[in-house]
Amino acid sequence: MAARLAMSGWGAGRATARRGPLVPCRKWSGAPADTVYDVVVSGGGLVGAAMACALGYDIHFHDKKILLLEAGPKKVLEKLPETYSNRVSSISPGSATLLSSFGAWDHICNMRHRAFRRMQVWDACSEALIMFDKDQLEDMGYIVENDVIMHAITKQLEAVSDRVTVLYRSKAVGYTWPYPFPMADSSPWVQITLGDGSTLQTKLLIGADGHNSAVRQAAGIQNVSWNYDQSAVVATLHLSEATENNVAWQRFLPSGPIALLPLSDTLSSLVWSTSHEHAVELVSMDEEQFVDAINSAFWSDANHTDFVDSASTMLQQAVGLLRPTKVSARQLPPSVARVDAKSRVLFPLGLGHAAEYVRPRVALIGDAAHRVHPLAGQGANMGFGDVSSLVHHLSAAAFNGKDLGCMSHLTGYETDRQRHNTALLAATDLLKRLYSTSATPLVLLRTWGLQATNAVSPLKEQIMAFASK
Amino acid sequence: MFIKQINVLQQSNLFIKQVPMLVCTYRLAYLEKQLSWTLQIKPHVSNEHKTMGFRSYRMTFSYLNKMKSYRYPGTRPYSTSQTTIDDNEIKTFQMLAHKWWDEQGAYAPLHSMNDLRVPFIRDNLLKAVADHQPGKPLSGMKILDVGCGGGLLTEPLGRLGASVLGIDPVDENIKTAQHHQSFDPVLVKRIEYKACSLEEIVEETAETFDAIVASEVVEHVIDLETFIQCCCGVLKPGGSLFITTINKTQLSYALGIVFAEQIAGIVPKGTHTWEKFVSPEKLESILESNGLSVQTLAGMLYNPFSGYWHWSENTSLNYAAHAIKSTIQESPVPAEFVLNGETEALRANKVSSSLHVHEELKK
Repeated sequence: MAARLAMSGWGAGRATARRGPLVPCRKWSGAPADTVYDVVVSGGGLVGAAMACALGYDIHFHDKKILLLEAGPKKVLEKLPETYSNRVSSISPGSATLLSSFGAWDHICNMRHRAFRRMQVWDACSEALIMFDKDQLEDMGYIVENDVIMHAITKQLEAVSDRVTVLYRSKAVGYTWPYPFPMADSSPWVQITLGDGSTLQTKLLIGADGHNSAVRQAAGIQNVSWNYDQSAVVATLHLSEATENNVAWQRFLPSGPIALLPLSDTLSSLVWSTSHEHAVELVSMDEEQFVDAINSAFWSDANHTDFVDSASTMLQQAVGLLRPTKVSARQLPPSVARVDAKSRVLFPLGLGHAAEYVRPRVALIGDAAHRVHPLAGQGANMGFGDVSSLVHHLSAAAFNGKDLGCMSHLTGYETDRQRHNTALLAATDLLKRLYSTSATPLVLLRTWGLQATNAVSPLKEQIMAFASK
Repeated sequence: MFIKQINVLQQSNLFIKQVPMLVCTYRLAYLEKQLSWTLQIKPHVSNEHKTMGFRSYRMTFSYLNKMKSYRYPGTRPYSTSQTTIDDNEIKTFQMLAHKWWDEQGAYAPLHSMNDLRVPFIRDNLLKAVADHQPGKPLSGMKILDVGCGGGLLTEPLGRLGASVLGIDPVDENIKTAQHHQSFDPVLVKRIEYKACSLEEIVEETAETFDAIVASEVVEHVIDLETFIQCCCGVLKPGGSLFITTINKTQLSYALGIVFAEQIAGIVPKGTHTWEKFVSPEKLESILESNGLSVQTLAGMLYNPFSGYWHWSENTSLNYAAHAIKSTIQESPVPAEFVLNGETEALRANKVSSSLHVHEELKK
C-alpha cells in the first residue's frame, strides 16, 4: 500500500486531468490505412523525375516519403547508343546547376553533351542578325539528348531509393481532393487512385504530367492555350566537314524558325518549325531533297527586298558611326551533307499557360504549367527552373516544419515562376508572330529592332542572363 | 499509511486556522470527512461518491494552494489550474476553436508567425547541439508546448523531429489539435496532446523537458510569477524557455487592441486584455529571479497588409524571448522555506495520498 501511495507519476496525473479529452479523439483517428506520402510527383518525364530526384537529395527532406509515378517503363541506357537520338534539349547553365545539385550532371558529362558558346539568330528577309556570345570561354548552354538526361536522373534516383519510391508503368486514374477544413471525418490529404485500383494519399501532389496534364484538369485549373499553325520537324544531321561546331544557329523564315544545334564536331540537331503541310512534306521527301531544303533554308536570300536591305544598311552604318569598334561579324552556318536515317520526326506546336500553378496541396511544374514554342530553346529550361524554385520553397518549408501542402510557400513558388515564365512565353509568342510575316513594314521594324538590340550590349547581356537561368 | 493520512489531516487543520473564509473551512472539513470516511470503508464505493470525492478534492486543493502561496510568497507552490487561467477567457476561445486551422481565417497572424517563431526555436535549440539528424533536426528533444491551442506551433515542432507534449486548458482546442494531427502518421507518433493546465502536470513531469514553448500565452495568464515557476520546474537544467508575447505599452494598446481587434479585425474581439500584457523588463526580471537567464530578446512586427511578420529591434509591440535554465541549482532557498521544508515534504505526501484516495474511489 505504501508503495502505491508513493506512486505519483504520470498515472496519477492522468486521473486528475479532466475526463474526456483523450477519449473522443479516438473516433477521428480511424484514418484510412493508405500510405501517406509527403510528396507524390505525377509524371516521370525529365521535369518530374528531376523534381523527385532533387527532393530526394535535399537535406531537409531526409525524413520525408516521396513517390514518383511514371506511366512508362524504366529508361536506363545499358550502353550509350552510337547514333544520337533526335530528341534533344537545350540546357541552360541554370538547369545544369540544378542537375549537378543532385549529381546527374556528372553522368551527363561522362556520357555525351555539347556545349555551345555562341548563338547567331538572323532574319531570312533582311541582313539583320543578332549574335549572342559569352566572353572568357564560358558556356552559353548545352545540347543534350533527352535520353541521356533521363538516364542520368534515373541513375541518381536509384541512389535515393530509400526516400524516393518510383512506380513505373503505373498511372494515376483519379484524384480526390480534400474538403476545405473543417470536415470531421474526411482526410485532409489528396487521395490518388492508381490504374490497378490501389489508393494512396499525399500531403502534396506535384503535377508534372505534360501539357495535357490530368492533374491540372482534375484540379480544375484554367489553362490558356492555343495551337500554332506550325509543326516542328526534328532530325539528326551530318555536316559536310568537321568544325569546331560550338554555335547554335537559328534563322527566322517566313514559314517559321529553323535551328541547327551542335551535337558533336560533325553532327548537329535540327529543329525546323514550319507549316503543317510543309512539315509533312519535309518528313516524307527523300533524304537528298531534305538536305537541300535545309541548306537552302539557311543560305537562300530569296526573301530579301531591296528596300529593307538598304534601310538595314543605313542603320548599320549609323550604329557603326556611334560605336566604331565592336561590330559583330556575320558567321556562316555549316552546310549539311546528309541526314541520319529514320531520325526525322514531326510534332505539332502550341502555347499553353495555366492560370494558376498551385492550389492547396497541388503544384504544377513543367509543361503541365506552360507549353512554349521551341524557338527560344527554353521548354526544358523552364521546367527545370520550376523544379529549382519549387525545391527551394519546399526545402525551406520542410526546415521550418511546415505542412508541405499549405499555400503560404506554394504561392511563393507560383509568384517566382509565373513572373519568369509569362515573360518568356510572351516573348517567344511575340517573336513567333513577328517573324511569321514577310510584310515590309513589319520586316523593317524587326530588322531595325534586331540590329538595335545587337548593338546595345547591356540589353543583350540582360537577354542572355534571363535565358541562362 | 495511516500515519501519513493523519499527518495530512493535521496539515489541513493547520491551514484552516489561518483562513478567514468560511466556505473554505467548510470544503476542507468536507475533505476531512471524505478522507476519514475512505479510511474506514475502503474497498467498495458507489458511483455517487466517486464524483463527490472528485469535486471536493479539486476545489479544496485549489484553496489549499492559494493559502499556501499566501503563506509562503516566493516559494514554489504547485497550484492547480484555477490559479493562472481566467474562466472568461476560456469561453472566448471555445467559440474560436474550430477556426484554428484556417490559414486565412481568424488565426492567420498566428499561422504566419510560425515563419519567425519556428526558426527562432529551432536555431536556438540547435546552437546547443553539435550535429543534428538531417531532415529531423530536433529529434531526441522533448518539448512542452504550453497553451498549444489548435496545435499551430506544436505540429511544426513535431515535424522537425521533436517529441512534443501540447497542453491547453480548453478541451475544444485539444480536440481540434488531436483531430488535425490524427491524419498524419508521423505526427501521431511524435505529438501528445492533453487538456490540462501547466500546473496540473508540474509534478509528474518535473525536469522532463529540453524546451518549453509558451507562445502568445503569458499575456493570458493571471499569475505570471507562478506560471514561470512552473515552467522552471518542468525544464531540465540547461533547458530552454521560449516566450512570445505582447509588450505593455501605449502602442500595444492602440495597435494590439484598438486597431487589431476593434478596427481591422485581425484578431478576434476579446482575445486580449491589455492589463495582462507584460513588458520585457518585467518578464526578464521574473525569469532571472527564477534562475532562467535571458539569452535573446527580439522584437517582432506584424504587417497587416502583407500578413507577414518581421524581426525588429523594436520590442514595443510583440517580442520573443529565449531563456535558459541554469544548470546549477537555482537561487538560494529563502530562510522561511528551509524552516518549513518539512511541511513542504508533508504537503507533497498529502497530494499523492489524496490523489491516491481519489484513485481508490474510482475503483
